[in-house]
Amino acid sequence: MNYLTGRLVTFPLVLLGVSLIVFIAIRLVPGDSITAMLGTEAGLLTPKQREALAAYFGIDQPWFIQYWRWLYDLFHGDLGVSVTYGRPVLDVILERFPLTLELALLSMIVALLVGVPAGVYAATHNEQPSDLGVRIIAMVGQSTPNFVLGLVIIYILSAGFGILPVMGTFTSIWQDPLTNLSQMILPAVTLGFAFAASVTRISRSAMLDILKDDYVRTARSKGASSRAVIWRHALPNALIPVVTLSGIEFSYLLGGAVIVEQIFALPGLGRLVLDAILQRDYALVQGTVLFIAFNVMVVNLLVDLAYATLDPRIRLGER
Amino acid sequence: MAIRTTKTRLTGMAVAAMLGIAAVAAPAQAETLRMAWAQDATGLDPHKQTAFPSLRLLELVYEPLVRLDSKLQIMPAIAESWEYSADGKTLTFMIDADAKFQNGAPVTSADVKASFERILNEETGAVARANFLSIDGIDAPDANTVVFNLSQPDAPMLTAMTDINAAVLPASEIAAGSVGTKTVGSGPFSLEKWDPNSKATLVANKDWAGGMPGVDGIDISVFPDESAILAAMRTKQIDFALMNDPLIATLVPRESGLQLNREAVLSYHVLQLNPSRSPFTELGVRQAISCAIDRQQILDTASLGEGRVTGPLTIPAYASDPNSLFCYTRDVEKAKKLLADAGYADGFSTTVIAATGEPPTAASEAQVIQAQLAEIGITVEIEMMELNVYIDRWLKADFDMAVALNGGRADPFTMYNRYWTKAGNLQKVSNYIDDTLDSLMMKGRAETDPAARKETFAAFEKHLAEMSPWIWLYNSYNYTAQQDNVKGFTPTPTGSLFSLSEVTVE
Repeated sequence: MNYLTGRLVTFPLVLLGVSLIVFIAIRLVPGDSITAMLGTEAGLLTPKQREALAAYFGIDQPWFIQYWRWLYDLFHGDLGVSVTYGRPVLDVILERFPLTLELALLSMIVALLVGVPAGVYAATHNEQPSDLGVRIIAMVGQSTPNFVLGLVIIYILSAGFGILPVMGTFTSIWQDPLTNLSQMILPAVTLGFAFAASVTRISRSAMLDILKDDYVRTARSKGASSRAVIWRHALPNALIPVVTLSGIEFSYLLGGAVIVEQIFALPGLGRLVLDAILQRDYALVQGTVLFIAFNVMVVNLLVDLAYATLDPRIRLGER
Repeated sequence: MAIRTTKTRLTGMAVAAMLGIAAVAAPAQAETLRMAWAQDATGLDPHKQTAFPSLRLLELVYEPLVRLDSKLQIMPAIAESWEYSADGKTLTFMIDADAKFQNGAPVTSADVKASFERILNEETGAVARANFLSIDGIDAPDANTVVFNLSQPDAPMLTAMTDINAAVLPASEIAAGSVGTKTVGSGPFSLEKWDPNSKATLVANKDWAGGMPGVDGIDISVFPDESAILAAMRTKQIDFALMNDPLIATLVPRESGLQLNREAVLSYHVLQLNPSRSPFTELGVRQAISCAIDRQQILDTASLGEGRVTGPLTIPAYASDPNSLFCYTRDVEKAKKLLADAGYADGFSTTVIAATGEPPTAASEAQVIQAQLAEIGITVEIEMMELNVYIDRWLKADFDMAVALNGGRADPFTMYNRYWTKAGNLQKVSNYIDDTLDSLMMKGRAETDPAARKETFAAFEKHLAEMSPWIWLYNSYNYTAQQDNVKGFTPTPTGSLFSLSEVTVE
């Protein structure tokens, strides 16, 4: 409990730090909302026109005043209004978030369903040709950039078979689960592939270590079947590094998978924040990054709690 | 062969089933045009937006007084006729009595007056204001007549009025301050829904004065990756698309059932030199660079030959034969001599800035230029940067050389006044003042006789190419891809999509 309270107390402090860094960083980059909207035509503006536009975009004050105002609104539950969308930042984020969450969950399911069995299989067939095969595939999976995989999948399906799930118009899972799944499965496989490769490698090596442990030998000598030894005794302990890896990967995916979202034309958080940066939509960048940071912290906390469940020897907060 | 196709199809269906793909390639609907592009509009205020996709979206919703056809001739839009007074200082428009806003209100002279006053008001922040500074006052003697009183004869102003940045908005919306959040235009489509960077839904305006559009609506989806657009067109999910990257656009004609529309555009690829920085202050150095550049090779290497070598004027009615311009045939020996005469026999080192992906050919162009200039001893370092960073540097003229894709206009004065007149707003970027260029521009502005204007601007172009403050390279194509069953689209040199109002899906 103490541990949990301690972590929760640091949440706002970390978020405040993140918000300050993002606020300053996005303003340090050359160019502003005006040049993002007008391009080189911005040079045609008279000083008075420029002032009017700066006031419209809310960038007419020194940065610390802008930050103070933003912080003040934040404590009143207001993340500001996006100038691109003309709507509250939080509304825009919450509209995009379900897609990102779904994509992260699906690609994690793909990765774990493929990666854990493959890792266990390779570990139990250590140094045999089939182990080598799994390791080679995992190596290829880890080193293939996902834009290559995504484009290759799209190309093969559309040019080779003349089929492709509907792209461009995204259907949410609540509207039509089947269409939604057909739109999400390719991006999830694309993202999950490299992730599955990492899971395979880490579960293989963890499994190899554990199979040498005394308690596994004890279980074997007591006559437990090979299957029971592997799945009941060894695997739960081998899963701890997999949970760590999945936690890191999952929180990373919650920040949006920019490249995969671009390729498959999915309106997720990754594209939202990228477009917001390119269009210098300051309020939207700040709001989205803060939201992502919050999610990462929540996931990390959940991962820590999961350790304790998986391995009773781990007691959180005890020194 | 037939067996193989069947087999492929069966495998395809099996794969589709495995992937749980429920909706496989919906058949082309007859009524709604499904369109895709890689970049979305950046906002909805027609007086403020200047990005290419914004203009393309807004010109389907709003209308200017006059518009350009595919030959860049001025045609009626909201105005059914217009007339300059004999002294060229009064411009009178008669408004089409059938023109109606999408809220049902007729378009009147009061709306025109309010719209132009909004553009001229500095508080609005409308960049098009620079084109309308000759307007002294606007009269609305009756509901269908509007009179612009000018401080000086201004022939190019009428062309500037064809731009969607000079759109006529309802006076009521201007007064309410709702322009940009609510779209009430008088154009062929109304914007029903816009989810930025994702999709837009346009619905045909049945009351449009130009007649009923050929489709019930247009659904625009944003596909950030153009190869995904091509894939979606292959599977007939998309009827019509805009394309930017010549590497992908040129693949379209290879697909059965798809066709590519190419139209040479007014915008131009250019190597901008900065004549305020040494050694580009020297005419000989600039001319040497002009002679050392092989424009055709840049076009062939960076853009697969998709385009044509051009001088400063890209407007078909005004363009000269590029071969008649200074050093348009590469001459390395001459370049070396010019450089030596200017005191740089051993060459020098310099940098060129370019924006990543904007245009898609920017990096390749910079690399070819680097190789070509190396032949006369100029060492070029390439600095690639994000577009906004590039624009920031460009506007401050913080560069030695810049690879740029600059927008064109249908009138030479509007196109180049900003750079090559003494009072030009972007004179601080071009950093080059020349009495000859200035006086030729002023002469062209006041001149109304087309033949005399052409002659004036030809002299302007020749002199500009010879002084070489910039090295004009080529103008490329504007690409649209479509299914064979999409009929009636006419591409234009401005890249306008207005003719989507005439398109039908068969």
